[in-house]
Amino acid sequence: MVVEQVSVFVENKPGRLSKVTRILGEAGINIRALSIAELGEFGVIRLVVDRPHEAKAVLSNSGFTVGINRVLAIEMGDEPGSLARIASALGDAGVNIDYAYAFIARAREKAVLIARVDDVKRAEEVLSSEGIRLLSAEELEDL
Amino acid sequence: MYWDREVETIKQEELEKLQLRRLKAMLSYCYKNSPFYRKRFKDAGLHPLDVCRLSDVRKLPFTTKEDLRNRYPFGMLAVDREEVVRIHASSGTTGKPTVVAYTGRDVDTWAELMARVLTCAGVTKRDTIQLIYNYAFFTGGLGFHYGAERIGAAVIPAGVGNSERQLLTMRDLKVTAFSSTPSYALYLAEFAREQGIDVREFSLRTGIFGAEPWSEEMRRRIEEAYGIKAYDNYGLSELCGPGVAVECEAREGLHVWSDHFLLEVIDPESGEVLEPGEKGELVFTTLTREAMPLLRYRSRDISMVIDDSCECGRTHPRIARLMGRSDDMLIIRGVNVFPSQVEHVLLQFPEVAEHYQIVVDRRRSMDLLTVKVEVTEKIFRGEPEELLKLKKRLESRLRSVLGVKAEVTFVEPGTIPRSRGKAQRVVDLRNW
Repeated sequence: MVVEQVSVFVENKPGRLSKVTRILGEAGINIRALSIAELGEFGVIRLVVDRPHEAKAVLSNSGFTVGINRVLAIEMGDEPGSLARIASALGDAGVNIDYAYAFIARAREKAVLIARVDDVKRAEEVLSSEGIRLLSAEELEDL
Repeated sequence: MYWDREVETIKQEELEKLQLRRLKAMLSYCYKNSPFYRKRFKDAGLHPLDVCRLSDVRKLPFTTKEDLRNRYPFGMLAVDREEVVRIHASSGTTGKPTVVAYTGRDVDTWAELMARVLTCAGVTKRDTIQLIYNYAFFTGGLGFHYGAERIGAAVIPAGVGNSERQLLTMRDLKVTAFSSTPSYALYLAEFAREQGIDVREFSLRTGIFGAEPWSEEMRRRIEEAYGIKAYDNYGLSELCGPGVAVECEAREGLHVWSDHFLLEVIDPESGEVLEPGEKGELVFTTLTREAMPLLRYRSRDISMVIDDSCECGRTHPRIARLMGRSDDMLIIRGVNVFPSQVEHVLLQFPEVAEHYQIVVDRRRSMDLLTVKVEVTEKIFRGEPEELLKLKKRLESRLRSVLGVKAEVTFVEPGTIPRSRGKAQRVVDLRNW
């Protein structure tokens, strides 16, 4: 079970994040989580939003180059040790986490780890055998 | 297909005889009518009669753009002001504008040369040709205009800008040929794509492009985008404008109309005359111009003579496609780099958009060459790794072609200035 992450190419200069978030805000799109990858002269803003395809459309219309990638949304308890449990389960199974970022879902009193891994299928198996839940796109929208 | 078979296929010896006769007449004319050249002759201890053979032209000093600027506006005239019927001014991209004057006969000769140019590109009286050139001051618009009218084609003086209307005109008027800068042709094709218009469905079949150097890859893209044959032409406003040289149907070099322009290729550093096949600066002596004759004028354009006869039957010598301008040439850490080389590399990567910019800067007395590339969905689908990989491939290719390190940086789409006339491809931020 994977969810869609919106990735926006931006130049590394002041005002870009503000422009991206303003466009999304004006379109009534809610940002669940965000992370920024900085790669020198440019960067990528990664976003988990309630309506990813609409987000891509409004950003593209404003001249941004936008991609949509598939990532895992892993539910975890909002308590010490939860992230370690997930990370070691994946690590022990030889699944590499390319990048990850987390947010807290108040409604569920849970945290969610957004992770891009090199082997989605293996990650799903491992996590489910550990009793760790993956969230679907619908669940994410309802958070 | 020739416009003027007799002159275009003239025998080599006949051409040289004609050139020598015209050269001698031109030198006497300059000596008599141009205060500038009379002084030049005297300062060099020369007399027109010292020129007995074509190669004696080498005895004459060069004329440079600087000479034209210093004598702005009319210091190069060899006729009375009242003989002048047309005045153009160069775009002044590299400084003060230079003024070019024409007599009635100069305009007539120019139209004749442009008729040859257009015929080389397959244009006939049955064609409708859209001229997407600036008509204001610039020689491109009226040069093509007069040539196309002389052929008897239907001419649409479209001018530049308003891409929507350009496309509408092309489609509704069933335009069969058009002429513009190559970068505008690409821009227009891209614009059409964005509007969901398929220009391949138009009636277009041929196009003539020039006023800036362009590569084979760019030609391929234009031909593919429009479904036409694309021809290169060359000229410079100081000599008349377009109409100095053009590709024939063989498209292996551009024939220089040598009954009107005597061509030499020189080493831009030493001024020494080079052999065919050697790359250098093109130098022209006008053989028939009345209002503003130029002797050994340094074009600052880089090319070379192709030493071979052409299958089209024209005997006028050919030059290779322009490789850049000697003043476009960037010296990066002592290495000569032409922007056209960068373009050549980028166009080998079809996923990279047409729009790029070369930025030269200097940090701690070290020249830095940066190539800015716009990021589109063709190269970015969400993960930065693809960009980093592309950056590496581009940089390694640039390094091997240019012989100097270049850094590739990615910028947001639409941030590099679009060309509507001459492309501003190079930004040099160095303080000398």
